[in-house]
Amino acid sequence: MDVFGSFALLLAFVCAVYAFAGGIAAILTRHPLLVKSTRQAGIATCCLVFLGTFSLEYLFFSDNFANAYVVSHSNRDLSTFYKIAALWSGQEGSLLFWSFILAIYVFSVLIAYRNKNGELMPYVGVVMAGVQIFFLTLNNFVVSPFKALAIPGANGTMQLVARGDGNGLTPLLQYPEMVIHPPNLYSGYTGFTIPFAFALGALLARYPGEKWIHLTRKWTMIAWTFQTMGILLGAHWAYAVLGWGGYWGWDPVENASLLPWLTGTAFLHSVMMQEKRGMMKVWNVWLVFCTFLLCILGTLLTRSGVVSSVHAFAQSSIGNWFVGFIVIILLVCFGAYVKNRDYLKSENQLDAIVSRESSFLFNNLVLLVACIAVLSGTLFPVFSEWFTGDRISVGAPFFNKVNIPLGLLLLFLTGVGPLLAWRKTSTESLKRNFGWPLAIGVLGGAITFALGFRQFYSLVCLILCVFVASTITMEFYRGAKVIRTRSGASLAASAIDLTMRNTRRYGGYIVHMGMVLIFIGLAGAAFNRDVQKEMQLGSTMQIGPYTLLLQSVDTRPEKNYTAERMIVEVMKNNKPMMMLYPEKRRFATTVENGTMVAIYSTLKEDLYVVYAGQSPDTQLPVIHAYLNPLVKWIWFGGVVVVFGTLVALLPNRRAVLVLSGAQQPVGQQLQHGLTPSPSVTMREGHD
Amino acid sequence: MKKKAKFGIGIGVIIVAMGFLAWLGYGESKTYYHTIAELQTQQGRALKQRMRVGGTVAPNSIHRYSGRVDFVLEGEGKSLPISYIGSDPLPDTFVDKAQALVEGSPGSDGRFVAEHVQAKCASKYEAAPGATGGAAASSTQHSGT
Repeated sequence: MDVFGSFALLLAFVCAVYAFAGGIAAILTRHPLLVKSTRQAGIATCCLVFLGTFSLEYLFFSDNFANAYVVSHSNRDLSTFYKIAALWSGQEGSLLFWSFILAIYVFSVLIAYRNKNGELMPYVGVVMAGVQIFFLTLNNFVVSPFKALAIPGANGTMQLVARGDGNGLTPLLQYPEMVIHPPNLYSGYTGFTIPFAFALGALLARYPGEKWIHLTRKWTMIAWTFQTMGILLGAHWAYAVLGWGGYWGWDPVENASLLPWLTGTAFLHSVMMQEKRGMMKVWNVWLVFCTFLLCILGTLLTRSGVVSSVHAFAQSSIGNWFVGFIVIILLVCFGAYVKNRDYLKSENQLDAIVSRESSFLFNNLVLLVACIAVLSGTLFPVFSEWFTGDRISVGAPFFNKVNIPLGLLLLFLTGVGPLLAWRKTSTESLKRNFGWPLAIGVLGGAITFALGFRQFYSLVCLILCVFVASTITMEFYRGAKVIRTRSGASLAASAIDLTMRNTRRYGGYIVHMGMVLIFIGLAGAAFNRDVQKEMQLGSTMQIGPYTLLLQSVDTRPEKNYTAERMIVEVMKNNKPMMMLYPEKRRFATTVENGTMVAIYSTLKEDLYVVYAGQSPDTQLPVIHAYLNPLVKWIWFGGVVVVFGTLVALLPNRRAVLVLSGAQQPVGQQLQHGLTPSPSVTMREGHD
Repeated sequence: MKKKAKFGIGIGVIIVAMGFLAWLGYGESKTYYHTIAELQTQQGRALKQRMRVGGTVAPNSIHRYSGRVDFVLEGEGKSLPISYIGSDPLPDTFVDKAQALVEGSPGSDGRFVAEHVQAKCASKYEAAPGATGGAAASSTQHSGT
């Protein structure tokens, strides 16, 4: 099966090369047979990658310990769930997984548009094939997952061996989120290849009209949704498993996933300027290019070990391949831009500073400054070593100091932007739209201040959150009211109707609302508290209104680990409430442990209890309890953001009035027995 | 005022403010990275910097006391005794032969005083050359369990 798999990957590489070279020939000669065969080669590439990936998974499921990758990441006792996830737990397999997800995207694009956009698709196909060639080169020739296990023999030659059992999956990865966080994040990272292909393809083809921006935007939204989910799942995983009480450490690998998210968000906003007013074309094209480049940079940072991180792979020379790829992409993008930049000339200019255009401009500025700040902070050790010889790194204080004000500014723009008019907004309009939300926001702030919350940034955050939530609610209310007066339906039904008539706009508002919830959750971090104590059986500790009583300890053997559980009773104001079971897991195959945090999560706060280990002197268990306010709002907000994006991706349910005249389409359904006559027919419009 | 000037001022204010905050944050958190070999040749003012040192945890060198953990970090043939002072539990990945990164400053008695310890799993992301040889070396043979 491993021979089958490696052969499939090799064949995939050959097909990708044909799709690329043949695709270029197809563009130059416009021969229909070339166009068709290169598209089919592209599809074949994807199918062969699928086969290669399934072969590797088969090796895991059949406990094939003659394969070096399977030996390092799996063992017989590993549950099926984690044998699937073991595929992406190491360098070789995760790069194959990258090719796999990319192939799903490329396959979908090639199939979906096989009869459309005929002038554009050959260019898009070439770009996609180019990216696939790079990753398939790594999969086949640099870090192949199909290497057989071998040890140096007596006379120095390598001898093939097969082991009885493998090393197993690292304990830290044996958690459900291991099965969903990487696929989501990889779907985000690889997904940005598609809008990149459309943007570069359209630029190279000088594709007429604005259709390409439509397509680019849609695929960016899909990738962006996955990236958002991937980031939030990673944060949740760090929170629930590691036991340090936090969800974001500004670690280089975390930052790497945030960078394309920032530029992707900027693009999703500035693209509206291009659609409505034909502006910012050059800016948009470069935003898409940069988003893709940041994805490659992200995987470079993760895999090369060039900056030290808790997540990163060991240092290896694979970084050089990625650097080379980035250089090639930059050269191609720059070349395409220089050659065709007149195709991107702006149609309009900015009219006024108080206008929707300028709010988009400031939105982009804030996101880009944040991106540059995070990028510089992350790469600082590399640059400082080049220039001064010393490796200097910066930590959380740097990132927080810069990004918190930027985040608050962005929040402010979120409330203000949608209510500004295109081109120029009058003062009366400002007063009418912002009067109430601003008042409610300030009132909210005053109440919290009176209740004793004096942290400056948290107060500002709360005022802005209430402000933005009020503007969004007002938008829905105003629109729903109009529909209600015309249709007579309830306010809720009208709001849904309103949303479905303009899914982009109102889906976007739902996403904003989700971001507001996330910001509320983030603001809670300023009020985190924690207590750590050695506990004897029967003793208690106090945190906030909760009393924790250590009742007993037990040991439970599981399939491939033994769980040492603390049985903790939680009382609130001396009334027994619930039991929590923080535990440590000792795995059979490695010397490491896993920590499972016990969390009681409410909207108000999280009670987060960790079994931190045994005190070295007394051998008594040490319990570390945290009280983290508002954390649940982050996860809940994330769900709302994803829901909003899905709504925005739906086609509009729009009534399109068409004069049918004397011609009636054959077989047309008649509604309510009406006789056909020259009249209007309703038809769904698609965005 | 002209449109462009207004925009320019708005953009400028944001960039200058962020630059200032970045500079403050940098000062608060800048940490130098040194190898163990470099550390032993540092003198004077450099010894008071906050720094990070990376290496591998020497086997059987971890000793846990209350409020303190002592261990030895090895790298490039040199070794450095470390004392981690703190009440936070060390990460689960911190075991013998793990790759570790300590953050702190050199103490007066030749020991390095660490405020923060980060450890990377030794077996998970194997170094490329050791992949086939290393698998045999770190074997934990289970006969048919």
